[in-house]
Amino acid sequence: MITLSINGQPHDADVPSDMPLLWVLRDVIGLTGTKFGCGIAACGACTVHLDGHAIRSCVTPVGAVGGKPITTIEAIGGTPAGKRIQAAWVALDVPQCGYCQSGQIMSASALLADKPNPTDADIDGAMSGNICRCGTYVRIRAAIKQAAQAPAVAEKGA
Amino acid sequence: MERFSRRDFLIAGAAAGGGLLLACVVGDRPKGASAAGSPAPDFAPNAFIRVSPDGSVTLIMPQVEMGQGMYTAMPMLVAEELEVGLDQVKLEHAPPSDKLYSNQVFGFQATGGSSSVRAFYQPLRRAGAAARTMLIAAAGQAWGVDPASCQAARGVVTHGATGRTLTYGALADRAAKLPVPADVPLKSPKEFKLIGTPARRLDTPAKVNGTAQFGIDVRLPGMKIATVAASPVVGGKVAGLDEAKALAIKGVRQVVRLDDVVAVVADHMWAAKQGLAALSVRWDDGPNGSVTTADIVQGLAMASKTPGVVARKDGDGAAAIGRATRKIEAIYEAPFLAHMTMEPMNCTVHVRKDGCEVWTGSQVLSRAQATAAQVTGFPLEQVVVHNHLLGGGFGRRLEVDFVTQAVRIAKQVDGPVKVVWTREEDTQHGVYRPYYYDRIGAGLDSRGRPMAWSHRLVGPSIFARWIPPAFQNGIDGDAVDGAVQLVYDIPAVQVEYVRHEEPALNNGFWRGVGVTHNTFVIESFMDELAAAAKADPVEYRRRLLGKAPRAQAVLDLAAKEAGWGTPLPAGRGRGVSLLFSGWGTYMAQVAELEVSPKGDVRVHRVVCATDCGIVVNPDIVKAQIEGAIVFGISGALWGQVTLKNGRVEQSNFNDYRVLRLNETPTIDVHLVSSSEAPGGMGEPGTACVGAALANAIHAATGKRLRKLPLQPGLVHSA
Repeated sequence: MITLSINGQPHDADVPSDMPLLWVLRDVIGLTGTKFGCGIAACGACTVHLDGHAIRSCVTPVGAVGGKPITTIEAIGGTPAGKRIQAAWVALDVPQCGYCQSGQIMSASALLADKPNPTDADIDGAMSGNICRCGTYVRIRAAIKQAAQAPAVAEKGA
Repeated sequence: MERFSRRDFLIAGAAAGGGLLLACVVGDRPKGASAAGSPAPDFAPNAFIRVSPDGSVTLIMPQVEMGQGMYTAMPMLVAEELEVGLDQVKLEHAPPSDKLYSNQVFGFQATGGSSSVRAFYQPLRRAGAAARTMLIAAAGQAWGVDPASCQAARGVVTHGATGRTLTYGALADRAAKLPVPADVPLKSPKEFKLIGTPARRLDTPAKVNGTAQFGIDVRLPGMKIATVAASPVVGGKVAGLDEAKALAIKGVRQVVRLDDVVAVVADHMWAAKQGLAALSVRWDDGPNGSVTTADIVQGLAMASKTPGVVARKDGDGAAAIGRATRKIEAIYEAPFLAHMTMEPMNCTVHVRKDGCEVWTGSQVLSRAQATAAQVTGFPLEQVVVHNHLLGGGFGRRLEVDFVTQAVRIAKQVDGPVKVVWTREEDTQHGVYRPYYYDRIGAGLDSRGRPMAWSHRLVGPSIFARWIPPAFQNGIDGDAVDGAVQLVYDIPAVQVEYVRHEEPALNNGFWRGVGVTHNTFVIESFMDELAAAAKADPVEYRRRLLGKAPRAQAVLDLAAKEAGWGTPLPAGRGRGVSLLFSGWGTYMAQVAELEVSPKGDVRVHRVVCATDCGIVVNPDIVKAQIEGAIVFGISGALWGQVTLKNGRVEQSNFNDYRVLRLNETPTIDVHLVSSSEAPGGMGEPGTACVGAALANAIHAATGKRLRKLPLQPGLVHSA
């Protein structure tokens, strides 16, 4: 039995320690906001925060997590950076199909928490591991900048 | 594509539980439902619009949401005429029904081919207008006044003279008893309040907090998770496996062995994946076990030497060629492409004794239902299908192979089972964009102007399999889309189609299928002609667009906004591309890029100008173009699926490269204001960009690349 701290709540899971955190979240605990994309840390859809850092849950064995706090998309709005990122995502209508956006938002929130005023190079570094097949990258970059500059909800660009 | 429509008509009635229902039914008007029809006896409890006595307005979405914004654009069409605010409507996924939710472009329930707004621009507005008229008539009846003295706004009817008001909810039951008005006038574009505005997407909030439900997110009591391995070679069979080793893994419940696929059913995906690996499945490859890409290309090349079916013929090509002072010919190739939707293929099925229930994300819901019925033997009425948001479609979910497979597996499983493909399974069992092989030629006069144009394209027919009625006279309208609409003023034009099927790989639609390939060929070749004529590529095209003012306008706008002709730093080049096709949309793009000494391409900027007729939501159109350009750059620079020993060589995002944020250019989109009929917008951005890149590479390096993907043509050139 493994005890995890997810979104501020303790969860017990009877799973093997080598089981990736992704499948514990989705198939055992039922937090389906975190997505499966590739299984090899190549697309970022499964990104969650472990102790505030963005990690790829599809290659993170649950046994390696220990008691460190996990934050998923379902609770990222409870963090200051996550809330601003979500507001900017809504203001610019970033998502298209939306499937990768949980991971995009988790990566962007970790970036913003770490660097309140990220440069383009910072954004490239933090976001290049998250694939979006709909191609929302232009708006992702714009939304991160908007979240950094204007904590209050801004108007949607024309 | 062209329309394959039947007539449709509006029908209304009382909703189960009260209220007004209004639907647009396709087919022949049933007896008993007159033009000013009373509710038909077989009126189904689903429609486009449901106004409940509690005042809620529910719009049932005939088209699916896969990122293209239909769950915003379609409600805008209804709400505009119904006189409700977007904030007042609730959305529901439509159930399967070709009768109620047929797309007029295809003749059945389908979302694809950049068709949604084109197909539903009128029907949804007519439904909204009819419902509003009936609700206003009900108010007039309630008050004993002329309906013409009443007005509706935001779901409330007001009697102007007395200021009395009634909500739609209060009027719904009464309205349901009224006849459907035969001809309801629609608003003129000048009266639009919603259409044409950048209204916020209705699906965004759920997509930023993890609550959006995709097919893969389905959870049911007692549900098991399965993952699969289908034969790595098309036509292969299971030859052997170690079932005991899989069953020994904790959490594995069952191994399902079918002829051509095995599934491991488990408590969770991790156990299923481990179980699948432990099976060590052996395969009997069958007849395709030695096929390589080179074999396929050889077959296409051979076929390209035979005449095809003539899809367009203007003028006397032979005579025009005879008069030409120069003749230019080229061969172009475009590879197999995978969709790589972010949400891998998946489908959840529960087969019971008395029926079957399916949960998935499909672009063709009635086909998902039909295949489940066929596999289980149940009649359609006993097969319930729940659609979900799609984690990317791009044409992949116009196929139901993964539904068929999941139902076959679920027949062997007690209780509900969610079948999830790994990314590797998804990459290697696609329904790929066909490999196309084109021979194109032109004869130029002494000034370099084309007198004759001949384009012979070779590839399989997706239509013949997917929509047989559309495969007419030996011509696949999709394969030749974009080629037969060639907008340039050339006296002699001949377009031929050579059908060449490829049994070793399944082929299907991929964002912009025929047009994506044809536009790459045509617009690259136009640059070759311009070079032969020693003319500027934009000016060369302009001179041939005298009869196509909308095409000329987007070309001029893109060139102007891109600073065409202004100096660039060394190593950079600009390329232009122009698109017109059956989508009805005109588009021009100018790409600006740089090629490193090693041959790596860095795209800096893409400027796009488009005239897609009336725009329902300009911000969604811009988003579609931005995304489609990114999708197209991935495909044009790197995308290719190759075969060795009958097996797809690519497996995941590590070896099927797609564009990432740090590689994404600046994208500037300019919309031309237009009152023409709406054109398709989901695909043109993808279809237009390939040639712009190839032409920019030529401008930057002098290299003419005629084979996609482009990047491999550069890496050895340093």
